[in-house]
Amino acid sequence: MLQTFLFLLLLGATGWIAWKGYRRVWRNICLGRAEKTGGNGGARWRNVLLVAFGQQKMFKNWLPAVMHLFIYVAFVITQIELIEIFVDGIFGTHRFFAAPLGGFYTFIISLIEILSVLAFVATVVFLARRNLLRVPRFWKPEMKGWPFRDANLILLGEIILIVGIFCMNGGDKVLQTRGLEHYQPTGAFAVSSWLGPMLFGNWSNSGVILAERFGWWLHILTVFGFLCYLPYSKHLHILLAFPNTWYAKLTPKGEMENMPEIQKEVRIMMGLEQPDPDAAAELPEFGADDVFSLSWQNILQAYSCTECGRCTAACPANLTGKKLSPRKVMMDVRDRAEEVGLKMEKEKLEIGNYNDGKSLFDRITPEEIHACTTCNACVEACPVLINPLDIILKMRRHEILTQSAGPAEWLPMFNAIENNGAAWAMSEERVGWRNS
Amino acid sequence: MLAKTIAELQAEGRSPEILFWVGCAGSFDARAQKVTRALCEILNHAGLEFAILGNEERCTGDPARRAGNEFLFQMTAAMNIETLNMYGVKKIVTACPHCFNVLKNEYPALGGSYEVVHHTQLLNELISNGKIKLKEGGDFKGRRITYHDSCYLGRANDVYEAPRALLEALDVDLVEMKRSRKNGLCCGAGGAQMWKEDEPGNKRINIERVEEALETEPTAIAANCPFCLTMLQDGLKAKERNEQIPVYDLSEMIVNRL
Repeated sequence: MLQTFLFLLLLGATGWIAWKGYRRVWRNICLGRAEKTGGNGGARWRNVLLVAFGQQKMFKNWLPAVMHLFIYVAFVITQIELIEIFVDGIFGTHRFFAAPLGGFYTFIISLIEILSVLAFVATVVFLARRNLLRVPRFWKPEMKGWPFRDANLILLGEIILIVGIFCMNGGDKVLQTRGLEHYQPTGAFAVSSWLGPMLFGNWSNSGVILAERFGWWLHILTVFGFLCYLPYSKHLHILLAFPNTWYAKLTPKGEMENMPEIQKEVRIMMGLEQPDPDAAAELPEFGADDVFSLSWQNILQAYSCTECGRCTAACPANLTGKKLSPRKVMMDVRDRAEEVGLKMEKEKLEIGNYNDGKSLFDRITPEEIHACTTCNACVEACPVLINPLDIILKMRRHEILTQSAGPAEWLPMFNAIENNGAAWAMSEERVGWRNS
Repeated sequence: MLAKTIAELQAEGRSPEILFWVGCAGSFDARAQKVTRALCEILNHAGLEFAILGNEERCTGDPARRAGNEFLFQMTAAMNIETLNMYGVKKIVTACPHCFNVLKNEYPALGGSYEVVHHTQLLNELISNGKIKLKEGGDFKGRRITYHDSCYLGRANDVYEAPRALLEALDVDLVEMKRSRKNGLCCGAGGAQMWKEDEPGNKRINIERVEEALETEPTAIAANCPFCLTMLQDGLKAKERNEQIPVYDLSEMIVNRL
């Protein structure tokens, strides 16, 4: 009774805190501009199934891919045991699924145990890769401080989850052999049938019961913790990878988004189109300098980023020591959305009247966006189809079109195209090559 | 004459099967002009009726758009589309992946829809349908050559096989670099970088790429883009290897075997 009460209380608290967290993320994503999406459902489902569900792009590098797959599959399959924990927690039952499922239950729990062992190994390998092997992409400047701790915290949490599972199942296995009425035989579990007796075989009944309960509570409390922590962590990718791959760009990577407002303006200027009499006299701001002028997909992508740094490791500018890091671009967009969202909530501001005198350019410097070669290596590298290039190009557009700034070296090129129709100012004819 | 303009051709009452989009580099850059002439020679050899826009061709606007100057891009694009549509152009070939990308992917939204191919795709087609026959032997047979994927033909448009098929037709011993195809490393020129100095860093991107190419111990580097040609040659020069290791556009390798 006490346990049920405690469980419901914690469940309620978790629900409340988590809901507030996810609602905050949702609101921050909605700071971005509405943009037409959808269409081509077939290709979108394909991306969700292959890239998010099937982790296709992770397999560019098979070792981390396999390790990541262990954790992922263990996580997904363990949800079955988690459902049982919820049922038991709410109704005060014990291993509610065991009797109705019979042999299948034994199989499922054994599968979860094997996957948990694999996930444990993978987690230890990941911790070692991050902290001991110091894989360079985990040690870039943007990873200092919170991002570094966040990553380790998640891995530590995974270890605690697995310890909880084995404590709970191992204890149960021992208690089953002692003929206690509450602990009905469930058949042999792949790991805890030998791990349990090894750990708790010599313990008294009450000691083992305590261990079993400790494991149960450790697991569910960690799950509750995770649920509340996720919306503040890069680990949110476990949820957002799915919508993010759905909304990913389907056109060729080289195609830049058209700007119909400017197209129209230019066509009117060139006499190819008649001006719209009802059109607003003032041209809107072009490009993006803040979360409001990005699309909401850009911000969704920022929240989907798990800071793995594959983009930055592939970026030619970053590889050659330039300041640009595509991962940092995504992190900056997310952190700016957080900053704006928090201030808006505190001061009850609206999108239209928000002004804190800051912008994305305070985080992402012109030097960074000028270093991009638009090579699409970052886009290709991302395992969840995030597109940092789109944001970089929108910021370049803002710089040139709205701020009239940008590298002065580009001016001769602009002038040449405008006046000579060529990217260089040339004195000879365009067909000169025919005669030489 | 190597190539006629579409106006010249139409004055003779003929219309071209395909328009050769020369591009700014192909028109004005001394190195890229060689590629332009090589491609014209091949097309003439194949008996393909083609034309150029000549002085009516303008920059597609690629560097302007990628620098962020959408106004300028829209202007130059609108003028090009007016010209192309006026001449009733249906099919375009270009030796520049940047022009290729803009013409193929970005002009349709502005009212310019054409069938656009990169010259490596067209050359492949001409070889496979027998319009051009490669002589036996030639300078490249059995030679160890590495191939550099340009970003705008490769990742941007997923064309990886056509250039490699040409290398196979040339019987070269193709050695791939560590980063190739989807993972190919940029030469450093894209995104309007060609027109500015590098941002502060510890290396030039073309040096990084050339070092990788040199690891394959090639006798030559094959490329498909005028900007890559320049960047790779500059990189080899910095490494003092430009005398031994030439950089070729694929059309230059094909013309050598006609």
